[in-house]
Amino acid sequence: MSEATPATVAIGAKPMGRAWLWWGALLLLALVLPWMFYDWTTGRHSGFMISMLSQAGMMVIFALSYNMLMGQAGLLSFCHAVFFGMGGYTVIHLLSSIGAGDIGIPMEVVPLFGGLAGLGMAIVFGYMATKQRATAFAMITMGIGELLATASVMFHHFFGGEGGITTDRMIDRSLFGLTYAQGIQVYYLIIGWTVISVVGMYFLTQTPLGRMANACRDNFERAQFVGYDPKIVRFVQFALSGLFAGIGGGLYAITYEIVTFDAMAGPLSANALLMAYIGGTTVFAGPILGAVLITVLQSGVSLLSNSWLVYVGVLFITMVTFVPTGLAGIVVAHGPIHKAGQLGRLTVPYLRLLVPGVALLLGFIGLVELLSFLTIGAAQGKKLSLFGAAIDVNAFQPWAIVAVCVLGGAGWLRIESKAFNRVWEQVTADVKARELLR
Amino acid sequence: MTAVSLRDVRKSFGPTEIIRGVNLEIQSGERHALIGPNGAGKTTLFNLISGRFPITSGEIALNDRRIDALPPHKINRMGLSRSFQITSIFHRLSVFENLRCALLWSQGYSYSFWSPLWRQKALNERAEFLLEDLNLTSRRDILAGLLSYAEQRALEVGMTIAGGASVILLDEPTAGMSHSETDYAMALIRRVTQGKTLLMVEHDMKVVFDLADTITVLVYGQVIASGPPEEVRASKAVREAYLGALEE
Repeated sequence: MSEATPATVAIGAKPMGRAWLWWGALLLLALVLPWMFYDWTTGRHSGFMISMLSQAGMMVIFALSYNMLMGQAGLLSFCHAVFFGMGGYTVIHLLSSIGAGDIGIPMEVVPLFGGLAGLGMAIVFGYMATKQRATAFAMITMGIGELLATASVMFHHFFGGEGGITTDRMIDRSLFGLTYAQGIQVYYLIIGWTVISVVGMYFLTQTPLGRMANACRDNFERAQFVGYDPKIVRFVQFALSGLFAGIGGGLYAITYEIVTFDAMAGPLSANALLMAYIGGTTVFAGPILGAVLITVLQSGVSLLSNSWLVYVGVLFITMVTFVPTGLAGIVVAHGPIHKAGQLGRLTVPYLRLLVPGVALLLGFIGLVELLSFLTIGAAQGKKLSLFGAAIDVNAFQPWAIVAVCVLGGAGWLRIESKAFNRVWEQVTADVKARELLR
Repeated sequence: MTAVSLRDVRKSFGPTEIIRGVNLEIQSGERHALIGPNGAGKTTLFNLISGRFPITSGEIALNDRRIDALPPHKINRMGLSRSFQITSIFHRLSVFENLRCALLWSQGYSYSFWSPLWRQKALNERAEFLLEDLNLTSRRDILAGLLSYAEQRALEVGMTIAGGASVILLDEPTAGMSHSETDYAMALIRRVTQGKTLLMVEHDMKVVFDLADTITVLVYGQVIASGPPEEVRASKAVREAYLGALEE
């Protein structure tokens, strides 16, 4: 595992340049991906892919808006789902009203009202929370999260209690004459709003407020002595992050046509933290990576395994322990090496990491699955099978194999990672030396 | 004209009185050095003037306006800026961004989330100019936390003067520097504080007697002497309390 060095260039310090290409490619991929899973014989989209991609889109907005607090302002919030959920509930009510003909708002604009609901809530609760910073801030947000989760069960009329509230998105009002009957149309609506939100949030990082949020994160006291009140910086940043979370929640409501207490409860707030952290909080695009990865794990791996949450949890712990800069941090750390043309020197060391790494990973998965089939699986009457061959979870052999994989892999990986670190340090030192020579 | 005036300022932490009735007048445009043995309360006095800590009693005025009940950011906006004894910068922002942040308020940007920084030509030029003035242009895009100590101190001074404050408080700007670094830093400070009111805590007596128009000696939270360097040097009380011990 590489001791990823912190990025030497701050968030948004460099003008965009070549990055536009990457963003364009990413958008193009998002646009064509559903068609790669299109069934031309039946003329149908893959429902699974569409719903996974839709989920990924709204989670990208949610995770990025969370990182406006976490990565950019250094604020650890535990109530971010409140703004997502509020956006969701508001849009459900709004869709019902539009459907009933009370108001006429085209579907394309509806998510914005989710955003405004999120903004309103974030102004009210941000006013309380942002008076403090650090641990006190985190504790206040935890209280707010609990408060609203409880309120959502208490106030039946608005939140619909445990069962949540439902609506029908076929409101027949669209700027482009779309009905939104099919998931693919909703997906493109999500993509549209994701692009707007990502651009909006990137823009914010390039404004005086965005920069002072970074400054207050690094040193709130110094910020005061250059004329800024850190409380107001935190407050405005918090309110705006609520706006974007609300947009995400609005898209959620349109997609599922139901919003329950889950959309504003603690676990979703924790999910925002997971996505942002695993993706990388120090790079603007980091949370996008995290959101996509977690969504894929959530939708894909949850079909394959009962224990997908274990994998997410272990991934989080691994990242926090070994790669605090997240996936994007790893990528960014390779930037200067790539620029110096030294990336090739890392190929073999990486391959040598890969072998024990895969052994450890497979061994760990085997262990988790064996345990899971021994308990939950047995209760569900399921049988563990690998490549069609049934595996007896009560036999000695499979346990011995995974034990060897885990222990052997871990030991070997330890040795290899030490060797890798030596190479990594050598390469980065060389790159630095070259830069000085230039 | 008086830039900063302190009248019977007192500060207690719990039962202990650290600042015990300080009276001080700093004239506009003056270079004023604050000296005294360790624990005399020099940094505390800085913290009181700049609003970092509230005072227990007394009065502090900046350009004849009371500031002793104001928070630091308001005092800063009224034209008083300070540096810190322990380097205080935005370590995860680039050197350029540090200077730009220090400029933002004085350039009237407030909490703007609608003006893109890359289009603020005057602001960016000013930040580049400051970089050059501090001799940090080659370090422009490096994270401030990765600068060498002397460079960080230079950046700290730069951030302190960036906003164009008329009163500058520097807390041991040359602490921990080598001789050549100190000479360089003092030349920099002399240059960038031209025409401003300067109040400086400093331990290096050579620096103090070189630079200051007025020296105030603080011992156990009280001013025991204040005046031109020769007068302070000749003062018996000062010699007993402080300078004598140094010259031995």
